[in-house]
Amino acid sequence: MVREEVACLITVFSENEESYLFHTPNVRLVRLQAEAMGLPLVETGTAGIKEEELEDLGRALDIAKERYGIDGVVTGAILSVYQAARIQRLCQERSLWCFNPLWHTDQETYLRALCGQGYDVLISGVFSAPFDESWLGRRIDAGAIKDLKQYASRYRITLTGEGGEYETFVADAPFFSRRIEIVTAEKEYENYRGIFRITGARLVEK
Amino acid sequence: MILLVDLSYREHSLGYEEFVLPIARIVHGQGEIVSTLHYARDPGKGAAGCDGVVLCGTPLRDNAFLSQREAFAWLAATELPVLGICAGMQALSLTFGGEVFPSTGIGMTDIRVTARDPLLPAVAAFPAYELHGNACTVPPGFLTLAESDRCVQVIRHQHRPVYGVLFHPEVRNEWVVERFLSSFCR
Repeated sequence: MVREEVACLITVFSENEESYLFHTPNVRLVRLQAEAMGLPLVETGTAGIKEEELEDLGRALDIAKERYGIDGVVTGAILSVYQAARIQRLCQERSLWCFNPLWHTDQETYLRALCGQGYDVLISGVFSAPFDESWLGRRIDAGAIKDLKQYASRYRITLTGEGGEYETFVADAPFFSRRIEIVTAEKEYENYRGIFRITGARLVEK
Repeated sequence: MILLVDLSYREHSLGYEEFVLPIARIVHGQGEIVSTLHYARDPGKGAAGCDGVVLCGTPLRDNAFLSQREAFAWLAATELPVLGICAGMQALSLTFGGEVFPSTGIGMTDIRVTARDPLLPAVAAFPAYELHGNACTVPPGFLTLAESDRCVQVIRHQHRPVYGVLFHPEVRNEWVVERFLSSFCR
């Protein structure tokens, strides 16, 4: 089977923690993830102003195209038409392919697959009811999936947090050569909104 | 059993997960058995024993199928119900004598229903997600069922349950696939 080559990662650092498009909690730590994957990282910043922030992502795509000769982009969009359509347009303008291999995937199957395939995923932010402070830093395991399913049926959150109900941080993955150890972290929480802010982390042997 | 035809430029491309699997989940969710086949793998033969065929979409830049018209010739003769989605609608149009032309649409758009048909609900309009770099003309022997400001969005063969929809029903309009299955494939 022919497989695609992953050339680099792309991250946009938003100054606006309420960014419409970009993930913000602990996003600086993508540098450690890139190192664990042995991949170069293209980084750009944005003020995080709605629609204008697209131009900053476009700038990152231009850099990746010039520096690493990318032919296309792969996103992790599952349900968000807002995100998917905007990234599709940016790619189309640059003659880049755009793939969303998780598009409309079965969310429970996806979460269970992560748990069973060696991913270590932590909740790094919560942004809706009924998430309380105990979720900050919680590992997504069978127990967490059970609770998330209850929330999904009772409070109509999306199981994978695709609606921005929660955000995650990947500390280990099957394709990481080393895992990320969280040394220090702080929790900020108030009124169903909170951040698990990782203040110290390092790569360690698995 | 419903045959899903992958129109991506090659088998097992990243487009399979994005454009074939979501349709497979909808079809499976309706209690149907799903079979999938790449368009270059003689789906005309693979359709034997099936109750219907869905031609799936492709990534925005994936138009390789347009230069492989002979791979879709079987559609002109099949007696099975067919639903062509986006690239699938373009393949149907070409097969039946229509034309494909550049027309880019990305994101939500309003679809106006222009003719009553079992595939569509009795509404004047509905929102839908489109993702296409081309649109197509209505081929001879087909009717227009719905359109957007930019182009024709739904067509149907005059005498057979052969449909083309340019928008992507797997996003927020799963009922299109469900109505196709319940109305013509059982």
